[in-house]
Amino acid sequence: MYVMNIEVNTAMKFRTVKRHFREGSKNIWRNGWMTVASAGAVTTTLVLVGAFLALMINLNQIATNIEEDVEIKVLLELTVDEAAIETVGDKIDKIPEVSSVNFSSKEDELANLIESMGEEGNSWELFEQDNPLNDAYVIKTEDPLDTIDVAERIEDLDEVQEVNYGKDVVQNLFRFNELARNIGLVLIIGLIFTAIFLISNTIKITIMARQKEIGIMKLVGATNGFIRWPFFVEGLLLGVLGSVIPIAVIVTGYHYATNNISALTQFAFVELLPFNPFAWQLSLIILAIGAIIGVWGSVMSVRKFLKV
Amino acid sequence: MIDMQEVYKTYPNGVTALNGIDVKIESGDFVYVVGPSGAGKSTFIKLIFREEKPSKGTILVNNKNLHKMKWKDVPFLRRDIGVVYQDFKLLPKMTIYENVAFALEVIEETPKNIRKRVMEVLDLVGLKNKARFIPDELSGGEQQRVAIARAIVNYPKLLIADEPTGNLDPDTSWEIMRILEDINASGTTVIMATHSKEIVNTIKKRVIAIEGGLIVRDEHRGEYGYEI
Ligand SMILES: Nc1ncnc2c1ncn2[C@@H]1O[C@H](COP(=O)(O)OP(=O)(O)O)[C@@H](O)[C@H]1O
Ligand SMILES: [Mg+2]
Repeated sequence: MYVMNIEVNTAMKFRTVKRHFREGSKNIWRNGWMTVASAGAVTTTLVLVGAFLALMINLNQIATNIEEDVEIKVLLELTVDEAAIETVGDKIDKIPEVSSVNFSSKEDELANLIESMGEEGNSWELFEQDNPLNDAYVIKTEDPLDTIDVAERIEDLDEVQEVNYGKDVVQNLFRFNELARNIGLVLIIGLIFTAIFLISNTIKITIMARQKEIGIMKLVGATNGFIRWPFFVEGLLLGVLGSVIPIAVIVTGYHYATNNISALTQFAFVELLPFNPFAWQLSLIILAIGAIIGVWGSVMSVRKFLKV
Repeated sequence: MIDMQEVYKTYPNGVTALNGIDVKIESGDFVYVVGPSGAGKSTFIKLIFREEKPSKGTILVNNKNLHKMKWKDVPFLRRDIGVVYQDFKLLPKMTIYENVAFALEVIEETPKNIRKRVMEVLDLVGLKNKARFIPDELSGGEQQRVAIARAIVNYPKLLIADEPTGNLDPDTSWEIMRILEDINASGTTVIMATHSKEIVNTIKKRVIAIEGGLIVRDEHRGEYGYEI
């Protein structure tokens, strides 16, 4: 009798890896409408996830931009001399949260003021001889959230007359931004979990229909791993297939949004992240989410049918 | 090849299918398992390749102790045993070729050997020209031959068939028997549960009769011994 070389080998042979990929791809069309149903579930949820991600990431970016514009203006006492200006500068510089300190002399301040007033500013030129303004430091903190705390500490310094940072506005802005971010995060996590639940349920139904087949494979001597791998590949392909339409929708939609944002809103500070690379990065994220939930749904569903 | 001692099987629903089976089957034997419906023939067969576990007793197959066998080792036991089911158990979405090839892919045979060997067994069971069909496109007898092809494709030491001719017309049944005899002649042990008096009485082999979960008769070159 002809004897085949049956090697007992724990590592999978390369030809078997190829076989699993071939088998997984074949299952995509073998299962026809089941595939359409699963990929459809992936598509629906990924369109939602993608649109939501685009919105949240942009809102977050806008919030960050606004926060980064927040600065503290430290007005020094009118009486300070050169040496005192230096010491205050050093003291401010030593505060660890501070990221930049820029000195603005009373002459600079006046020049800025005159410039910002345009035509009317000309009358202020009278004051050039007897400048009523203060020398000032303009400060930014590493983390905009530290603004209030740092401002209060600087206010305590002797040489400082006044600290301006639009206290109420900043406080409200930060509170709003934090709330918006948290809500966004919760919504995205909720959405992804809903997606996983929906998709794994759809896939589970399609695999349930194949419970008998899995049993037959086991009776022919297939190990769990051998059965699982094509399902892994199939889930991966389902996820990738399911993310094609969402990516097309997001890329087209975002292209439209970036081109028309100025017409859509009256606020100059609303600026979307540039189409390139953001739209592509988002596409990649959608693809990855699709692939992960496809694989997850598929592998989790097949698991409970393997003990035969 | 097979050694059962004091084997009992009670299903979770309380039905006792086997009531103390003692039997030895040597390598190269051809054995009929006969008996009335519900006697425990299928249960006896399922214990051999671990589709069911015994409630009590020891079973040795190929010198492997099934009682001590871990879940992960079961697939390897099954690779040495070809099984032919009354309901064929073919994979419905795969072609005939793919169904038979599956048993070789499982043992990671090379694609070249797989192609060669699958066509060889399909030729043996007379289905070479239907390799690209799916099971639903075949008659019952043809599907049964596919099941046999899959069971023997990896040269198992043992071939088990549970009523392989149960649903087939007499001509097809005799053809199936011819294939099983050939396989046995090449050295493979064959165990076959059957209801066919004609087959048992014509092709004389060892007969094990089971009734009420017990072996009531075990004869070499035996008769069917029942009136139906
Ligand atoms: N999976 C099962 N669960 C519960 N009872 C079963 C199961 N399989 C078989 N039985 C019972 O065990 C007894 C023997 O069945 P079986 O081995 O199929 O007999 P046979 O193949 O000789 O007809 C019968 O009474 C049957 O109803
Ligand atoms: Mg039976």
